[in-house]
Amino acid sequence: MDASGQPGENGTMVLNGAEVLLRVLVEQGVEVVFGYPGGAVLPIYDALFKQNAIRHILVRHEQAAVHAAEAYARSTGRPGVVLVTSGPGATNAVTGLVDALMDSIPVVCLSGQVPTALIGNDAFQEADTVGITRPATKHNYLVKKPEHIAPIVREAFEVAMRGRPGPVLIDLPKDVVVSPAPLPAPGEGRLHRVYAPRVDADEEAIRRTIAAMKQAKRPLFYTGGGVINSGPEASEGLRELARRTGFPVTSTLMGLGAFPTTDRQFLGMLGMHGSYEANLATHGCDLLIALGSRFDDRVTGRVSGFSPHSFKVHADIDPSQINKIVRVDVALQGDVGRTIERLLSAWDGEGQDLTRWWAQIDAWRALDSFGFEQDMAPDAIIRPQHAIRRLYEATQALGRETYVSTEVGQHQMWAAQHFHFDKPNRWLTSGGLGTMGYGLPAAVGAQIAHPDALVIDVAGEASTLMNIQELGTIAQYRLPVKLFILNNRYMGMVRQWQELLHGSRYSQSYSEALPDFVRLAEAFHGTGMRATRVGELDSVIERMLAHDGLVVADICVAQDENCFPMIPSGAPHNEMLLGPDAEANAAKVTAEGMALV
Amino acid sequence: MSNEIQTAVISVLIENEAGALGRVVGLFSARGYNVESLTVAVVEREDGLSRITVVTSGTPMVIEQIKAQLARLIPVHSVTDLTASGPYVAREMALIKVVSTGDARTEGMRIAEAFRARIVDTTAGSFVFELTGAPEKVDAFVDLMRPLGLAEVSRTGVAAIMRGPQTFKSKQESY
Repeated sequence: MDASGQPGENGTMVLNGAEVLLRVLVEQGVEVVFGYPGGAVLPIYDALFKQNAIRHILVRHEQAAVHAAEAYARSTGRPGVVLVTSGPGATNAVTGLVDALMDSIPVVCLSGQVPTALIGNDAFQEADTVGITRPATKHNYLVKKPEHIAPIVREAFEVAMRGRPGPVLIDLPKDVVVSPAPLPAPGEGRLHRVYAPRVDADEEAIRRTIAAMKQAKRPLFYTGGGVINSGPEASEGLRELARRTGFPVTSTLMGLGAFPTTDRQFLGMLGMHGSYEANLATHGCDLLIALGSRFDDRVTGRVSGFSPHSFKVHADIDPSQINKIVRVDVALQGDVGRTIERLLSAWDGEGQDLTRWWAQIDAWRALDSFGFEQDMAPDAIIRPQHAIRRLYEATQALGRETYVSTEVGQHQMWAAQHFHFDKPNRWLTSGGLGTMGYGLPAAVGAQIAHPDALVIDVAGEASTLMNIQELGTIAQYRLPVKLFILNNRYMGMVRQWQELLHGSRYSQSYSEALPDFVRLAEAFHGTGMRATRVGELDSVIERMLAHDGLVVADICVAQDENCFPMIPSGAPHNEMLLGPDAEANAAKVTAEGMALV
Repeated sequence: MSNEIQTAVISVLIENEAGALGRVVGLFSARGYNVESLTVAVVEREDGLSRITVVTSGTPMVIEQIKAQLARLIPVHSVTDLTASGPYVAREMALIKVVSTGDARTEGMRIAEAFRARIVDTTAGSFVFELTGAPEKVDAFVDLMRPLGLAEVSRTGVAAIMRGPQTFKSKQESY
């Protein structure tokens, strides 16, 4: 680091807290920080100015800084780092922090705070940031002394990355970062004991799992985001385990890509908008092995009807996830990658004949539950599924490294169903919190991490407007992000639920007064394109992918399309609605189901 | 496993730092767990550890969740379910103010003696009793004082500890 520090009395360099902070970030391997300056963090921005080791990406809203950091983390496996000011800077970051908490994304958020002497005085831009973010983070810290900066920042990275990853916030009062601060060697001056969650599952639990695998006639792996968090080796291990056992694999939304979604052994995503074969296999299996997944309500449907006849094994690094929603027979508490490795070395290939199980699965698969019919007349209206399929096929033909982010809603589910991922870390979506406005800043984070890759935000017109200001960030850093908007002029998923459950009373779900997205792109120094008919779609996709800069593609799609298949609220997996013909069945939703989200 | 609601007495050893209690209390409110009583005090000043004793209730699955969620908090060193780990002693202290004269006053004193409550303050028209015991004993005493001029009650909540020589030590796997 250049030009930082001041000469001390005996000629040694004396660093201030901000400089110590940056040195520790560099030591932790941090290359990029997403942030937005303000009064309380001016000393940190001053220290940033005087060095070259860390690149700062200026976002246009603090929520976007966190989403960008999440996508950076998700797509690289390294923690994302955020820097925001006190008060509104920190409160704006809260949605992003909860998003990272729900999806187990390692993020370290540095927030400015008013000087320690003013804390509690309702000072300008003061907020009780550690109080507000306590339930929004895995852990948080208020640094009260300059000598605590280095040990706390080091500890924060450990906590964010180890065990079940998550967001950690460090609140830094302004007087602490301007004061001289020591920089002890790593490991020195530790304030707390080492955070080291258990990573190796119990030997007996491994043995019982293997025994169950040998007896199973209808086994199923149900994999989640934990496999991706565990690292690329875990995905490799999962592929090997599936290949050697011959077991089918289904995945949660967060786990897509850990197992190739084009593989014959992959049944598609399970859950509310999952495939028929994945959900019926989950319902009918006799052995369910959950790997790094957490039995979310979007996955289980009605818990009492979830996979009713299976022996259940749950591998998770977080013991609080085990037996939280579904009672399991074997708990494999530990790192899922290491657990898979141990299952692999214990598996001797002596399983049951799965021919009948696969015949059953193939019969379900033959229903083609993600199928749809696109009228190919040139002036026909574009169906959103068709737009995503054509986008996927075009990216396949191109063969570039591709990262896809999404917003939240119908388009997100269609992207999960129709875009395929053969590698982990390529699919960036807000699963647990379901944050509209995630996708565009996530595309920023992914493109910063992978400057040469193709980064596409598959968006809805309503969601993307929630963080549309990030077009400014994209313009500033000349990021060639592609914003692919499936514009149906509705908050589509809200409209769908209103149609199916609320008598088609479309209360406030119409996207009134939309901007002209083509001109919006141009206003942000990008290129806008529009397709309103099937005949225009392919050329828009082709021109979008060929253009080396920001493109906003406004794909005007069918307004009344619903996302199927669908497990209605409060129903079990074997009561799926397969398509519009089944819409009448939605009337069957129980009073209890109506109260569910 | 049964769906019957059970009461659990849980001991938590936690780092004594600002906000630590807030994390525990916030966990209970955020996840909708019951708190029947919660006490906290520093017990190991050198190691900077406090002990929280929380009395809660729920189905066995919920009690397991409460323990796992507590153990997941970064400053928590260990979590022990005293109800599940053998015999234990649970006590609380109460200060009970009774305002009465004449027969009621005499009767109050007689009952206090039977309960081994100490008189820690007295005026011509009032007493403050100090009573230590199991929560049920305190409940019973308070009920008996009710018709005799019970004016105010202050209770500490439950402190609890295992019987016998065993202690609950810091468990590294508790994360």
